[in-house]
Amino acid sequence: MTVGLAHYLAVAAILFTIGVFGIFVNRKNIIVILMSVELILLAVNINLVAFSAYLHDITGQIFAMFVLTVAAAEAAVGLAILVTFFRNRGDIAVDDVSVMKG
Amino acid sequence: MALQAIAFYLLAAVTIVSAFCVVSARNPVHSVLFLILSFFSAAGLFVLLGAEFLAMLLVVVYVGAVAVLFLFVVMMLDVDFTSLRQGFAQYMPLGAVVAGILAFEMVAVSATVASKGAAAANVDPQAAIGQLSNTETIGQVLYTHYAYFFQASGLVLLVAMIGAITLTLRHKPGVRRQVIADQVARTPETGMRITDLKPGQGISE
Repeated sequence: MTVGLAHYLAVAAILFTIGVFGIFVNRKNIIVILMSVELILLAVNINLVAFSAYLHDITGQIFAMFVLTVAAAEAAVGLAILVTFFRNRGDIAVDDVSVMKG
Repeated sequence: MALQAIAFYLLAAVTIVSAFCVVSARNPVHSVLFLILSFFSAAGLFVLLGAEFLAMLLVVVYVGAVAVLFLFVVMMLDVDFTSLRQGFAQYMPLGAVVAGILAFEMVAVSATVASKGAAAANVDPQAAIGQLSNTETIGQVLYTHYAYFFQASGLVLLVAMIGAITLTLRHKPGVRRQVIADQVARTPETGMRITDLKPGQGISE
């Protein structure tokens, strides 16, 4: 059984679903939510690279690089906000974020 | 070809299992470590696809920077993580149903897409065009057609860096800092004072 494009797409789809599932079940733990977002972006990257390889077009890999850049920036800013929130409240339960007004 | 299939199934299985452990582990430190494993196996998948440059980028950027950043934050914050797991069992059934439907739909769509059009015509993955290596090809296309996008992504990183520093930087009150400009601007007139002192007297400021 030879490995084709559909196999890679299936792996990416399952990874994406695991990311969505992680956001569903860990609704309070914002660190795991951020990690789930990283998993979702990894699934997108696998899709882009798989199509790039099987369509013989390098553009997909360049877009995957841009996605990687944005994911790194998002993780940095997200964790910075998390640290600031923890300093202000002494806890990271996201249920209480609605008290953060003004 | 058989070796490639074995490598694919091994890496795919490790990626998916460790990704599931990321969202279900009790200890967030274990979550981060599983995230690293997941990214590492995904880099292996990229190598199988012929995208060596992105694979190495994934290892350097994710395993080397982002995952370590996560690890720092998880270890730095003194949080009771057990209380954050409340509702895990409550949201589990609904989440599993939604995830199952989503996975089924996406796998069905991707199987259809992969069997049609140009994607079905090319049976082997080939990342490099012509005689050039993968990295050279990416460089040639990135720095010609996507030069402005490349600059823009650099700007995104700069803004993120400034934002992260501004958010987390704090000035503690009551800490005396060295002000170089004040020290340099000091002259004998401002720095000392000659007082005519009578015997038996002290100086009061």
